[in-house]
Amino acid sequence: MTQAEIIERINAFLVDEFEVDAEKINPDANLRETLGLDSLDYVDLVVIIESNFGFKVVAEDFINIHTFQNFYDYVDRKVAEKATV
Amino acid sequence: MNPFLDKIMHNRVVITGLGIWSCLGTSLDEVTKSLHDGKSGIGMDMERKAWGYRSGLTGIVAKPELKGILDRRARIGLSEEAEYAYMATLEAMKNAKMDMSWVEKNEVGILYGNDSSAKAVSEAIDTIRLKKDTTLLGSGSIFQSMNCTVTMNLSTIFKLKGINFTISAACASGSHSIGLGYLMIKWGLQKHIICGGAQEVNPFAFGSFDGLSAFSIRENEPTKASRPFDKDRDGLIPSGGAATLILESYESAIERGAPILAEVVGYGFSSNGEHISNSNVDGQVRSLNMALNDAKLAAKDIDYINAHATSTPGGDLAEATAINEVFGECKPLVSSTKSMTGHECWMAGASEIVYSMLMMQNNFVAPNINFENPDEASAKLNIAKTTTEKNIDVFLSNSFGFGGTNSSLIIKKVK
Repeated sequence: MTQAEIIERINAFLVDEFEVDAEKINPDANLRETLGLDSLDYVDLVVIIESNFGFKVVAEDFINIHTFQNFYDYVDRKVAEKATV
Repeated sequence: MNPFLDKIMHNRVVITGLGIWSCLGTSLDEVTKSLHDGKSGIGMDMERKAWGYRSGLTGIVAKPELKGILDRRARIGLSEEAEYAYMATLEAMKNAKMDMSWVEKNEVGILYGNDSSAKAVSEAIDTIRLKKDTTLLGSGSIFQSMNCTVTMNLSTIFKLKGINFTISAACASGSHSIGLGYLMIKWGLQKHIICGGAQEVNPFAFGSFDGLSAFSIRENEPTKASRPFDKDRDGLIPSGGAATLILESYESAIERGAPILAEVVGYGFSSNGEHISNSNVDGQVRSLNMALNDAKLAAKDIDYINAHATSTPGGDLAEATAINEVFGECKPLVSSTKSMTGHECWMAGASEIVYSMLMMQNNFVAPNINFENPDEASAKLNIAKTTTEKNIDVFLSNSFGFGGTNSSLIIKKVK
């Protein structure tokens, strides 16, 4: 899966499931603020990543994810690791 | 009632809003027409047969579309029955002229009947077994799975600040929620309470009930399968949805300029103290007499009885005997709307007040459809076989549940 495909899939579920306005999604925007995430929403983000990409996010990983680009890069890396394994 | 309690505050309690989501329709107008037409809401669910159900018969209830009405956070905590309850409550609050800005500034409570959330619990357990990871249940699961899913969610969505809990009393849950709401307002503890009952409709909710052979297996004639009081009945049909009533003090309703639809004047309750599932005439008679005493009315003052009668041989027999014991000399019109809806279980005690209110408002008694041949006990009742045009000033509604819990409510037109 290319990063472009990963970005497309992430943006699609953020718009569909998290009901974020597509126009507000850009790589440098803050993920938590743009989506209005609270502690419960992070649990749902874990679920949707698992169902879309087949890996489980551990809570600590979110500490270093600030922007959408951080998020795309993180998922890209984990998908690549999974493919390697 | 306890004579001591009669000496304390005694507010009049009125109904100012109604809402319904059931197999007879998803609005008051639609349900009124179904009741008047004697239209059955029963059909077949083949998925139940695939799961090994003895009977695939069920009330057919529409699924609400909440996307666009509620935001994601509010939606994902709602169980199936809480979705129905939200829709019914939205309608009731609109009719009661209770808008959000008023609700946020006042102390509005919620007492709602519900006694299971099997679908949400089953799905959560399936996920745990499959994934062996509880985080993957998502954040909504717990708010869907608890028995208080309706009150927990609706109190948040509607920003309620008064009394807030769920009544679990088997098939009398909805009725007791209204009875308890009535007492709290009557005694001055609250001014406005959202009351009601909700019932999920899915194969996970009713498997154990089906396993008792309690359901009708007249699968070749779904609309004829629910036949309360009829000699040839062979069991009940599970059904569901939600019904909401807005209860408030008479003074509050006048002050708000709210529509006063009727007055709750009597609540009777009892426990059989016997078998866990078999009905008991004595317990029902005590509940009926307690309601009449509370209302300070005589049996002859009741114009219509909405019977609990579910279409089971034993249950209908006991209720017909109890009604005849209390009302045998005056013989008010009796019908069981479960002949059309099936048994709406935790919701039934509330929905049957809504159905009876619609009859009162529109001057008719809905028929006990499929009542063709009486048995020895039902032959003594004045059962409405067909739609009967009639003025109703006072009606009584019975609800009985497993464990021998009984509830009778009396509602009176305000003139």
